[in-house]
Amino acid sequence: MLTLDNLRLEQGSFRLAADLSVATGARVAVIGPSGAGKSTLLAAITGFLAPASGRILWAGQDITRTEPGARPLSILFQDQNLFPHLSVTQNIGLGLDPRLRLSPADHARIEAALERTGLAGLGPRKPAELSGGQQSRVALARTLLRARPLLLLDEPFSALGPALKAEMLALTAELAAEQGTTLLMVTHDPEDAAALCPQTLLVAEGLAHPPQDTAALLANPPPSLRAYLGA
Amino acid sequence: MARSLRQLIPAALSASLLAALVLGTLGAVTIRAGGFSALGPRDLDALWFTVWQAAVSAVISCALAVPVARALHRRRFAGRDLLISLMGAPFILPTIAAVMGLIAVFGRRGLVNGALDALGLPGMTIYGAHGVILAHVFFNLPLATRMVLHGWQAIPSERFRLAASLGFAPAGVTRHLERPMLRAVLPGAFLAIFLVCLTSFAIALTLGGGPKATTVELAIYQAFRFDFDLGRAATLALMQVGLCLGALAISARLTLRAGFGAGLDRPPVAGLTGGPFTRLIDSTAIAAAALFLLVPITLILARGVPGLADLPASIWAASATSLGLAAASTVLTILLALPLALAAPRTRWAEAAAMLPLTASALVMGTGLYLIARPFVAASSLALPVTLIANAALSLPFAVRLLIPEVRVLQADYDRLAASLNMSGWARLRLLTLPRLARPLGFSAGLAAAFSMGDLGVITLFSDGRTQTLPLALFQLMGAYRMDQAAAAATLLIALTFGLFWLLDRIGHHADPR
Repeated sequence: MLTLDNLRLEQGSFRLAADLSVATGARVAVIGPSGAGKSTLLAAITGFLAPASGRILWAGQDITRTEPGARPLSILFQDQNLFPHLSVTQNIGLGLDPRLRLSPADHARIEAALERTGLAGLGPRKPAELSGGQQSRVALARTLLRARPLLLLDEPFSALGPALKAEMLALTAELAAEQGTTLLMVTHDPEDAAALCPQTLLVAEGLAHPPQDTAALLANPPPSLRAYLGA
Repeated sequence: MARSLRQLIPAALSASLLAALVLGTLGAVTIRAGGFSALGPRDLDALWFTVWQAAVSAVISCALAVPVARALHRRRFAGRDLLISLMGAPFILPTIAAVMGLIAVFGRRGLVNGALDALGLPGMTIYGAHGVILAHVFFNLPLATRMVLHGWQAIPSERFRLAASLGFAPAGVTRHLERPMLRAVLPGAFLAIFLVCLTSFAIALTLGGGPKATTVELAIYQAFRFDFDLGRAATLALMQVGLCLGALAISARLTLRAGFGAGLDRPPVAGLTGGPFTRLIDSTAIAAAALFLLVPITLILARGVPGLADLPASIWAASATSLGLAAASTVLTILLALPLALAAPRTRWAEAAAMLPLTASALVMGTGLYLIARPFVAASSLALPVTLIANAALSLPFAVRLLIPEVRVLQADYDRLAASLNMSGWARLRLLTLPRLARPLGFSAGLAAAFSMGDLGVITLFSDGRTQTLPLALFQLMGAYRMDQAAAAATLLIALTFGLFWLLDRIGHHADPR
């Protein structure tokens, strides 16, 4: 379970409060007006923003001061998810060993991950030689091998076309379900939330609300969400 | 966080070494200084000459740069890009080789005097104050031209188009577009050149001297070498530090632009390129600048290439020494510069530490290090280590300034990804930092190697005739009037300097996996 215990975030004049928990294995959409602090919330969970006060816990363990790379999570950013000077295999291999000392067994696991994400045979390529969708798959294959219990998506597929984005989100949800990964994904699209995430976490007016049933929330949105949805 | 502090350890080490070097030298010089009463009128003349020649050199370079840059901006011709690239070359051209070239053109038996003689006019001499200034203009006119050209190219072409559509006469364009740009660019160019000329040593050593053309750097050398008056050398060194600090204080108020930026290259707007008269002026400016820059070097190469095979073994030995020094100095520069550049976006002291060497000139550092080491080691065994340290220290500010913008991009793009994947220490350096910074590292290394290869500074303080670098050997050949051998040695020096720069820059490009 991910617990944000009386968390207060501050960035200049920006303030965000969160006091909530997300059940293990849950798939939760993070939705809210732009500038409300969705990415800021993810940055704090990942460890790129030190909270002004409060604690972040995973399975009862305080990770508030843990280094980003040592936290029990993987994150996919909006962009720059791959190192352009490293091959696909190397980019994925970083998920197994940040020093890239890979054993034959590691290479076999990378091959399997490539296959699972539909990238078989593309290991030696550089990211620039791949399509946008394939690049997303490489980043996803890496999170597969890191196998952290929590996966955060900060709109990594937003540059893809609608069909490709839906396909990538579906693949992500499928992989998360296979591994029992808890998934937290920022989205601008209520349809994505409705299709993939039984629960939704609303970030609005300085507050991150506890996850609620997505269908119920979208059917009867509070004023702040209604203004954003334009419904 | 603990890790971010740990990441700063290499930079802190590098900064401490630099601070110990620079402050130690300054301390040694201050303690040994004989007080300003020890200075005679000669030394005050040196102080005055240093400031005066630097100001005059900077003014002339800037004044000549304006028509040349304007012509290069307005005209398109075959070889234009090559000429602009060549304008970057004097930055690493060995001073002593260029001085030889200038002597071949303006010297007693040079081209200019030959022509004056043929016309029955009195000859000129290149030795003295005007020779020093001529050489400074030779080195700095290209720098000023590139800075001003950059300013011209930074004016959006939409402005020129607007001016053309409003029917501006050339005078109107000058008044509303060009003069404001020049007002913004020229002070920076002036100050950059003024700073370089303040610490001029090799040019003053070869073309200056005497009561009317001695810089403070040269006076340090003379007090040290001929009078062996260490107290006076130290006092002069302190004076030189004061000059540098003063100039740095002024330039801190004025942000300097980099002189080697390429800028966008938009074609000039039709209708503003003027009539046949302006075309004549532009052609003259370009031709004169090209001749002024190219003829001296061409003469040396033409005279030197045939003699390469006959160079004495001592020259080859000196070349080997110089290459070794350049390699060591490059490694030291990069080892000190990289941690500072990596830390610079996070802390303010890192960049400040990298700029410390700007307060001490080569001869100041040489004097200071000698004073520190004298109780322990013989002077002659100091020649190479002290030269190595001074060369690396003086290249460092350039290397760090070149690296910082690239480091900022690297950190903005990949810091979070690397942190989220737990990449740190050596792995991060090997897998991320070095590959992504390969280009600026190669370029910085090339500059450091070229600076060291062409340097004729500290080594002159300690040389005992046995330890020789190639520039020093060349200087001695010139002193002995063995001009054919000197031309061959100068050719070799130019080839090795540019070869090293080219090689390291290439390696950087090649190692860049993009």
